[in-house]
Amino acid sequence: MAKARLMQGNEACAEGAIAAGVNFFAGYPITPSTEIAETMAKLLPKHGGKFVQMEDEIGSMGAILGAALAGAKSMDATSGPGFSLKQELIGYAACAEIPCVLVNVQRVGPSTGQPTAPSQADVMQARWGTHGDHPIIALAPWSVRETYDVTVMAVNYAERFRTPVILLMDEVVGHLREKVVLPEHVDVYPRRKPKKTRAEGYQPYTPDDDLVPNVADFGQGYHIHVTGLIHDETGFPVGSPKITEDSIARLHEKIARAGDEIIHTESSFMDDAEYAVLAYGGTARTAYEAVRAARAKGIKVGLVRLITIWPFADKVVAALAKKMKGILVAEMNYGQLVGEVRRAAAGACPVELCGKYNMQAFVPAEIESAIDALVAAHQ
Amino acid sequence: MERSYEKYFRQNRLPHLWCPGCGNGIAMKAIVQAIEKKGLSQDNTVIVSGIGCSSRASGYMDFDTLHTAHGRAIPFATGIKLANPDLNVVVITGDGDCTAIGGNHFIHGCRRNVDLTIVLFNNEIYGMTGGQASPMTPLGKKATTAPYGSVDRPFDACKLAQAAGATYVARSTAFHVNHLVDMIAGGLDNKGFSFIEAYVQCPTAYGRKNKMGSPANMLKWMRDNAVMKAAWDKLPDDKKTGEKFPIGLFYSAPAEDYDTAYDEVIERAGGATK
Amino acid sequence: MRKELRFSGSGGQGVITAAIIFAEAAVAEGKEAVQSQSYGPEARGGASKAEVIIDDKTIYHPHVETPDLVLAMTQKAADKYYKDLNPDGLLVLDEELVPNPPDFPHIVRVPITKLAIEEVGKPLFANIVALGALTHLTGLVSFDQVKDSVSHRVPQVGWDAVEGK
Repeated sequence: MAKARLMQGNEACAEGAIAAGVNFFAGYPITPSTEIAETMAKLLPKHGGKFVQMEDEIGSMGAILGAALAGAKSMDATSGPGFSLKQELIGYAACAEIPCVLVNVQRVGPSTGQPTAPSQADVMQARWGTHGDHPIIALAPWSVRETYDVTVMAVNYAERFRTPVILLMDEVVGHLREKVVLPEHVDVYPRRKPKKTRAEGYQPYTPDDDLVPNVADFGQGYHIHVTGLIHDETGFPVGSPKITEDSIARLHEKIARAGDEIIHTESSFMDDAEYAVLAYGGTARTAYEAVRAARAKGIKVGLVRLITIWPFADKVVAALAKKMKGILVAEMNYGQLVGEVRRAAAGACPVELCGKYNMQAFVPAEIESAIDALVAAHQ
Repeated sequence: MERSYEKYFRQNRLPHLWCPGCGNGIAMKAIVQAIEKKGLSQDNTVIVSGIGCSSRASGYMDFDTLHTAHGRAIPFATGIKLANPDLNVVVITGDGDCTAIGGNHFIHGCRRNVDLTIVLFNNEIYGMTGGQASPMTPLGKKATTAPYGSVDRPFDACKLAQAAGATYVARSTAFHVNHLVDMIAGGLDNKGFSFIEAYVQCPTAYGRKNKMGSPANMLKWMRDNAVMKAAWDKLPDDKKTGEKFPIGLFYSAPAEDYDTAYDEVIERAGGATK
Repeated sequence: MRKELRFSGSGGQGVITAAIIFAEAAVAEGKEAVQSQSYGPEARGGASKAEVIIDDKTIYHPHVETPDLVLAMTQKAADKYYKDLNPDGLLVLDEELVPNPPDFPHIVRVPITKLAIEEVGKPLFANIVALGALTHLTGLVSFDQVKDSVSHRVPQVGWDAVEGK
């Protein structure tokens, strides 16, 4: 068995990426994500991969997309302001179906905000930040070990669905050092391969049975064309209403139909629960403590933790709302994912927000008193 | 007449969308002729472009081709080359794409010296959006966003590339076709960041706004104003007047490219060497 | 057995490194440990604070709430960070750099920086001297383990510094 180590969340992200086969990283320094770039700069050349520090956030995103098209498994890491700058190319990756992982170790915003302070305020930007209409996969780990696992998952989903995957970390987990024992083996999803030759009429954007196309890597003799313009199965732009509609619908459907595979949640103390706290990322650790304290007082409350933020766990939340007397959403922002929870709950039970946005992470007592208030208001 | 270059085009994607008389086709053909001259394999060469009239060229060329986002061709190309150094990577960009929205990537590409060949189609204007001034529109020339003549001082992209560290810098025009092919071929030979500016005529936007006459007249303007570097260097400053500009190989100083340098990083890190 | 420790001082004194080494030693001994930090934007001279929690069970909330021990390497850090100490906890102060000890019943004053200069010859190793003091005072981790962890992070350190001689 591997040895226990004290490891930082950002380091675990880099190590997980390498375990999952990432062999190209382009980045730009930004707190609190920089340790990911630094760790990649150190580790990648040892593992036959390459690291390049680009001139800006957009350049680093462009470089990982180019590398992915040339056959690499690629990753970039940033924080809020950089995440904003990369949005156009996240949309490009979604439209051109380029596998890549982008890490956002969230910090306080808007603008330069509070660079070293935690936040979870890019949750909606991760979903809706780009222009146009495309789905996204976003994952939020709550521990250092889970950061490793979820990074592997992110790389695998990027390859499996040929889509950008956002690893939505927060400063609490990114900068936390904690005891981890890393797995000795991880399952790695390989690059999808063309199933036809050129002579057999291969078209790069013909969807496979799972609606995901098997786009050839550059240099394999297929002479493919890749564009951010809406294209047909040949990869060439087409200004047709029908093809535009089909193409956008397929981008959504390839992710939506795999929802059960992608959407991960975890429940604690939920067996006899009448109330639920819903949280994600670093906040969920504090919520766990608060739930445990409330349980000690005899309150039947549990914790539902979202590991997959996008696509949103609609079914889980809808079923939960039917059983609960009330749901409390704890998040480090003015209220973002709480809106999705209310939408999915569809009035089946009250949904309250416990938000924090003062540059400090939650303490258990804050969430505990919000649980008390929820119980008092909705008996 | 042998038209061996035709195999480098996707015949089913032609005719192109450029206006009658546009110079982009000449520059595009010069690129494939340089590729042919250097014997680069179509399977092993990638054409990367940005956004704008010039950047539509990638779609017509029978290679692996990548039409990126506005200004971002060089970062994408950087990723391609570093991920698979066996690929020859050619970037097609325009004056707006390369020196305005992509200006930062351009200078840092020059500095980083990744083995890429950049061909900038300089039509001195934003053609695709209908004729707005670019950072390479000459002083006093008109554009829809400079209706009284441009007062923005323009870039000399070749000087910029050289100052920023490009290891091969050249300029030619759509009139001097064979010369343009040679300049591009020289760029393909250089293992490092090569920059070639190709003047191309835009009769629809730039020419019409600036009363340049027919496409043929615009080519004649290139013939009459372009001065070969050797002659230019001998011209006294008071003769470098009017719209005269130099063409030719301005700078060639081969230096270790990024990927070769990175092999040393891999070695120092104790990683597997190729 | 959850124990919460806070290491504080100014940037450049190495309090974050000391906290990391302490947590590493705990992990090496099979305990659960988390370490977190906060700091100003300056690399040197700004306020610096690191926290370590050690437990034998899984640690969820990762930040210190009521520290069982506060180490303060400057007067400013002492004044700022002792207030939420567990009343039975311990306040460990650098004797020279905290000339005015706060009003707290359990204080240990150690000539940390002075020892680092006089015995080790480098004020830079004040954090390692502090680590030695905390190892003695808390008994949370063994001396040999801390030595081992220090050698991984700061290979050039003299052992006298750790042993607090």
